[in-house]
Amino acid sequence: MDIWDLTVRFFSMTDANVRYVVAGSVLLGGIAGAFGTFAFLQRRSLIGDAIAHATLPGVGFAFLILGRKELHWLLLGAAISGWAGALAIDAITRHSRLKLDAALGIVLSAFFGLGIVILTYIQKTGAGAQSGLDKFLFGQAAAIGRQDVIVLAVIGAIMVTVLLSLFAKLKIMTFDAGFAASAGLNTGLLQFVLTTMLVVTVTVGLQAVGVVLMAAILIIPAAAARQWTDNLKIMLVLSALFGMISGVTGAYISFLKPHFPTGPWIVVSASLIFIFSIMFATKRGIVVRLVRQLKNRRKMTEDHVLKVLFKAGMDSRNWRALYPPLHISQLWSFGAAELKRGLKRLVSRGELEKEGGMYRLTENGVSSGARVTRLHRLWEVYLERHLELPPDHLHRDAEEMEHIITPEVEKRLEEMLGHPVLDPHHQEIPYFDKAKS
Amino acid sequence: MSPELWVIFTAILAASACALIGAFLVLRQGAMLGDGISHAVLPGLALAFIITSSRDVLPMLIGAGAMGLLTAFLTEFLSRTGRLYRDASLGIVFTVLFSIGVILIAGFAGQIDLDQECVLYGEIAYTPWDTFVVGNTNLGPRAFWVLGVVFIFNIIFISLFFKQLKITSFDPALARTVGISDRLWHYLLTSVVALTVVAAFESVGAILVVAMLTIPGATAFLITRNLQLMLILSVLVGVASALGGYYGATLTNTSIAGFMAVAGGVIFALTLIIRNVIDKTQALSTVSLQKQAITPIN
Repeated sequence: MDIWDLTVRFFSMTDANVRYVVAGSVLLGGIAGAFGTFAFLQRRSLIGDAIAHATLPGVGFAFLILGRKELHWLLLGAAISGWAGALAIDAITRHSRLKLDAALGIVLSAFFGLGIVILTYIQKTGAGAQSGLDKFLFGQAAAIGRQDVIVLAVIGAIMVTVLLSLFAKLKIMTFDAGFAASAGLNTGLLQFVLTTMLVVTVTVGLQAVGVVLMAAILIIPAAAARQWTDNLKIMLVLSALFGMISGVTGAYISFLKPHFPTGPWIVVSASLIFIFSIMFATKRGIVVRLVRQLKNRRKMTEDHVLKVLFKAGMDSRNWRALYPPLHISQLWSFGAAELKRGLKRLVSRGELEKEGGMYRLTENGVSSGARVTRLHRLWEVYLERHLELPPDHLHRDAEEMEHIITPEVEKRLEEMLGHPVLDPHHQEIPYFDKAKS
Repeated sequence: MSPELWVIFTAILAASACALIGAFLVLRQGAMLGDGISHAVLPGLALAFIITSSRDVLPMLIGAGAMGLLTAFLTEFLSRTGRLYRDASLGIVFTVLFSIGVILIAGFAGQIDLDQECVLYGEIAYTPWDTFVVGNTNLGPRAFWVLGVVFIFNIIFISLFFKQLKITSFDPALARTVGISDRLWHYLLTSVVALTVVAAFESVGAILVVAMLTIPGATAFLITRNLQLMLILSVLVGVASALGGYYGATLTNTSIAGFMAVAGGVIFALTLIIRNVIDKTQALSTVSLQKQAITPIN
């Protein structure tokens, strides 16, 4: 069968087995995505990683005791030993000078080592061949069956119920445990609930993502969601959604190529969502921030050109003189390319006119130049009067504020300072552009 | 030498090399960076295999070393530019790199004699059969020599730059004021960790590397506050875990690397308990001494 046929078969979901796999990976991805959010915000992401590794001996023990592979018993074993791992981490940091990261490394590797010992023991005794326990290492979503989906749905429903009934308390606990304690909340109990949620999330994700890469599905959807919003509810929903998309993608690829483990594909697809989010998210995205920085830098160049040309005309009261670019660049430390582009933008905006390779302010340009100069000098007056700074400390701060002050702030400054005529350096503060408009 | 002895010596060298450099990671609260690097080197190894279609040491070192440094840089970059918490950044970087490595290995399964499970817990039991032959002389397992060189390199690195490593580990601010760049030493140490991880990776797998980077150093840290003594104790704990792991595994017919991690964990747990008992009795006797001192005054 070629890829196209398989793809149609996967997404049309006519095949019952495919339906279980899709339903299972949507549930797994959604649960892990949503509840990973709390660990992410509490900066406990790597604790999730350690707990995931700590579940392995539980899976092995459950199999040894039971003698066969029944998912819910294996998961119960996983949850118990995951909890034991969480307790061990807590005990180490509490009873020694070791920091959290060392505790994580110790618990993660020692528990995982024990898990490997048990798994190899099971393999050597012969039962391991059909047990497929090694699938817990890297995940195998294709193995999800009807019973697994039911178990997952029940667990998911319970977790969502707990989340909804304790939402406000869990939120406070996540963002500010100290405040939660002082507000009289039972922080011990809430932390217990959060840790249990983390353990259950990890346990539930084992079958699709595997022990080794569990941390990824806890962190990456949450980190991606975090880029888009500051609201916890939205973040939970987005993170769950990203987790679902990654889960289905992983299942799809392992459906196409059964010998590929699912976990790595889930991680790679989640990381694509993450990379997109971190680049293009509306407020925090790197691209958006770079664009904003570029705009600010451009505005500063423009403001400086207008200001120096305005100031050059201040003494003669003739603001319409022509200046060659070389002269302008000497008035301020402009870069050559920066100045050239700035002049071009100002001409196209109608603040400057170009005549025979030289530039002069238009009437609009004079007003804008006056305004930048006024803001600079008003701010100096403000600093001198209200912060009582000496005259030689005023300029640098004003140099920044002249680009930032909005018309509203400008108006309040003027009223507050009583429309001063001179700045602290005894230079005139220009107002004439206002009288005209 | 018998194959069993080669395995034991290889295990001891792997544990000692990791234990030495890992002690500094524990001091710098960078144990999880060691964990990250030990996962992240995988795509470097896989690429080196795919490109050179051989198991030559040099391309492997380059590939894996590059990935180790990339992990440190990307983590730094994400937590600065991306406004993420440091732990989340590290978690993202190493899981993604490790996933790419596993996919490469699964995709080129026929061409790489490295499987997914072996990546995790190695195949130290097979090291005696992958030998290092010069001319007509069989010098013993390749892993033994590679790890031996790395172990000696680590000793030289630490003794040459003991002062710099010590001061940047304990007081980065002081280091900066006396003109020692803590960032430079962070990346140098990261490179040495990457080198050690690569050398140990093939024979003992990613997880044991984490165990041996963290557990011996942490155990030694519980016992002493003297750095030199801590390094020596760290190697001793590493050796003890290697021996305990080997005999435990042979006895139960299980994974040697896995059992070494367990042995390390047990040694750590015992040390932690004893330490706490000693501290408590000391605290009690101090209290009773104080009581004795106070009583006459009353």
